[in-house]
Parts: sequence; C-alpha cells; structure tokens
Amino acid sequence: MPAITVRGLVKTYGDTRAVDGIDLDVESGQVFALLGPNGAGKTTTVEILEGHRQPTAGEVSVMGMNPQAEGARYRERIGIVLQETAVERELTVTETLDFYGGVYPHRRPSGELIDLVGLKDKANARIKSLSGGQQRRLELALGLVGDPDLLFLDEPTTGFDPSARRQAWSIVENLASLGKTILLTTHYMDEAQFLADEIAIIAQGEIVAQGTPRQLVNRSAARARIRFTLPEGVVVGELPVTPSNVYDRMVEMEVEAPTSSLHQLTSWAMERSVELDQLSVDRPSLEDVYLELTGGRDD
Amino acid sequence: MIDRPGSFSLIWQQIRYQNKLFWRTPIAAFFTLVFPLMILVLFTAIFGNEAEPGGITPAQFFAPNLAVFSAVSATYTNLAIGTAISRDNGILKRVRGTPLPPWIYLAGRIGSATYIAAVSVVVMMAVGALAYGVEIPWGGFPAAVLAFVVGVACFSALGMLVAALAPNGDSAPAITNATLLPLAFVSDIFFRVENPPRWLELIGDIFPLKHFAIAFRDPLNPVLEGFQVHWGRLGYMALWGVAAVVLATRFFRWEPRASKEERAERQK
Repeated sequence: MPAITVRGLVKTYGDTRAVDGIDLDVESGQVFALLGPNGAGKTTTVEILEGHRQPTAGEVSVMGMNPQAEGARYRERIGIVLQETAVERELTVTETLDFYGGVYPHRRPSGELIDLVGLKDKANARIKSLSGGQQRRLELALGLVGDPDLLFLDEPTTGFDPSARRQAWSIVENLASLGKTILLTTHYMDEAQFLADEIAIIAQGEIVAQGTPRQLVNRSAARARIRFTLPEGVVVGELPVTPSNVYDRMVEMEVEAPTSSLHQLTSWAMERSVELDQLSVDRPSLEDVYLELTGGRDD
Repeated sequence: MIDRPGSFSLIWQQIRYQNKLFWRTPIAAFFTLVFPLMILVLFTAIFGNEAEPGGITPAQFFAPNLAVFSAVSATYTNLAIGTAISRDNGILKRVRGTPLPPWIYLAGRIGSATYIAAVSVVVMMAVGALAYGVEIPWGGFPAAVLAFVVGVACFSALGMLVAALAPNGDSAPAITNATLLPLAFVSDIFFRVENPPRWLELIGDIFPLKHFAIAFRDPLNPVLEGFQVHWGRLGYMALWGVAAVVLATRFFRWEPRASKEERAERQK
C-alpha cells in the first residue's frame, strides 16, 4: 500500500493558490523529498498531510486514512518534526521525551531516543541550556517518540552549520534504514539529493518535475556542457561552434554530442595554436535542473 | 490490541506536568503565592488589626479577599499568559500533532491552575489564621468551598478566553493586568469603599470578581449568623463562565501567527 496518495490537491488563501493541483504517490519505506523555493507550497502541502489544515479541494489518503477526519488514530502513527523547535524550556530533555511519549500507545523509551540523536550528555539538562543544534536534535527525537510509521520532516536543517547538517543527515539515514517512510521538505538541493529516494520539485504550488535524483538529472541532461575561456585575440564569431552563452570571456555550449563538438573545437585550437584555458565538459547537476525548473527563484 | 492510555491517566499526567512547569516558573509562583501574602502583611501593618465594635478584624476581611485574588491570579492570569505563550512557542501546535485529545491538554492546564489556586487559598487562610487570628467558622466551610469551585471554574474560562483573544504571549499579561487590577479595586478586594459613586458600584456588580469575593468571604465571617449560600452570586458567576467557554471555544487558536514560510505561501 502506498504510504501517501494525493490527487488534485488545492489550497487557496483568498485569491492566492498556495497549492495548485498537486498529485503525489509516496511508497512505504521511501524517503520522499518535496524540494522547492520558499513560498512554493511545500509547508502548506505538508500541513494538510499532517491534518493541521483543510484542503480546499482534492483527495488525500495517508496510510489509508484521511488526516483531517481520523484524529488520534491517525496521529498516533505519524511523527512530526517542526520547522522551529517547540518545547517547554524549563523541562529537561528526558522529561520532555517522557511527557510526549506518554500520550502514544507505542512509545520508544526516552533513553533510546537520546542515544539515537546523540544527546546523552544532555539527558538531564534543561532545554533552555541547549544549543540551537542540540534543540533541533531533540526535535528529531520528539518526531520519533511515538514510534511512527511515517515521519514528516519540515525543513530539518534550515539554519544549521555544515557539520550540524551532516549530523542531522546521518540521523535521517539511520531512520530510513529502519524502514520508516519519511516525507521531507527542503529548499536545499544537496539535502534532497543526499537523503531522498524520490524527489518532487515544487514551484508556485505545482509539481514541475518528479523522479529519483538520477532521473531528474538525466531528464534535461541529455545535453552535455562544454566550457572554456575565449583565447586572447579571438572573437566569438571566429569559433568553429556556436556558443549558447558567453559571459566575460567564459564560453559555454550545450551540445547533444560532446565528442564531435569537442573534436571540432580542439582541432581548430591546434591549427590556430591557441590554448583553451579552463576547458571542461560536464553534465548539468541537480542544481541546474532545479534552477531551470523553478526559474531560479529562492528568496 | 493497541494499548491506549486512558483519559483519566492522561489528564493526571497533564496536571502533573503543568504543575512542574508552574513551580519552575518563579515569576508566576511569586505573583500567585507570595505577592498576595505581601499585601496581607502590608495592609494589616497599615490598617492595624483591631476589630470594629460588633464587626470583624481587618485581617478577617483581607485574608479571604486576598485568597480569592490569589485564586483568580492562579487561574485567570496564569492560564491566559501561559497558554498564549505556549501558543507563541508552537507548543499548542505540537500538541495538536500528537494523539493527545486537545480537550485533555486544556483540562490538564485548568486542573493544574485549580490545584495551584487551592494551594494559594489554603496558604493565605493558614497564614491569616496563624499570624493574624483569622477565624475559620467550620459551619461556613462547605459554602466557601462551593464558592471556590464555581469561582475558579468561571475565572479559568475567562483566562482561556483571554488566551484565545490575545494576539500573542506579550499582550496577554497586559490584558490580564489591565483588567484584574482595576477590577480588584472596584470589587472591594483590597479595601471596602464607603459610599462609592453609583457607577463604580455598578461596574463591580457587573463583573464576577466581587461576587466571587462575597460568596467566599461571607460564609467565613464569624459575625454573620444563620448564613445562607449566595446562590444568586454563584449563578451569576456560572453565567459568566458559560459565556466565556462559548466565546473561547469559538475563537481559540492552536497555531502561532503564520511563520515566514507560511506567509510567503499565502501571498506569493
């Protein structure tokens, strides 16, 4: 059974269509990333799936249930990691996990969760004494306290320094290896690429592309890209090939068949005895695909 | 078979958790428990503690009044501020994402506030009795307990109404202070105003605080013989409570104001 099925999901706020006809299929055990710039509709979509909001139109089924209608029976099977850590600052880490664990029918022991997120030294520390990164790790532990089948991770590493992000990623990888279904929202390409089995790119409330990280890269990447610096004393018109872009003196060409284009180019350079500085051939990265699809908006 | 925690044990858990939070928030504990005691000490120092002929001592008047004031701080003020701050911090939203039924969470907060109110009333009356010779006529005890129950329920509901209407956790203390303190003055909590202007008396009569104080104070007054329960005042407080519950239910929000992300999605 798919973990999440969404058909024709729409959410409007006044005249604004925050979510504009989204379809999703997330398989059980998958790490699925909703990737998109701020304001794309990721959070609204996830909050509908969590049961926090009513959709304007469309059908949503999560583990065979309607999140808006099922109440406690639904919520005991999901875990939510909020964008901003929300806990009582005067409680200790263990007290917080005990407290939230107490409301679930299947709870994971607090000690086990504390080990999992690496907060052993802070088990009896008040939350107000934790660093930002430690609070986020507690937030992750709270998402797991009810031993959920499905975990929502909303922008889990926004505001992290690089090493804290690596740590958080390895925790998420651990969870994935336990067979949990994970729905992740992020506006970091590298995060989606590193963690997700499947990515849906969302822009202006619509899904503009979907697939595995590799499929997404291949999608627009039937084309390779050759780049080099225009040699001194050469004008663009003299080149044997037509560039797609020139900025400063960096020439960029997108080509279908890199071998023959490269041959033409290098033969010409040898005849003229000029050097093609910084010559490179590469395939577009996920980032290029993302920028192309989302129009480079990320404010 | 899924072993779900029962409602009773969940409420009990919630009350214990909220109590723990209360004792770890020194400012709330100070204003609820210590501040009214300071007023008792100050007033008896200023006004003395001599009984008027045929009347009662000032402490016999102040102690039950300040007990009511503490109980109202513990419920109305603390519930309004605490709940609004928890909403700002996203805690209410988190609770909504768990299987805990929302009514149990709120019942836990109110249960804890009621417990703190009871503690503060007992402390106030005990200090009054031990230090200032306040008499507690046991015959009036059931009527005072009844007034406490109705009053605390009414002011808990009003506290939740303020929490529902306050835009954020910073404005909640302003609202509770701006309402409770002036009201305490026109409700004869701190001193009895002799021959007040009619409109002042009317304001005191409209709001429930004065009725709470009288319904709690009179049964504990050794001079009033053959005392009857103030059913009318209790009923009037209950009306206020019911109205507050209806409005609080209508306006209560579990989410903080929209995050930056949500605002972006709503307005692109």
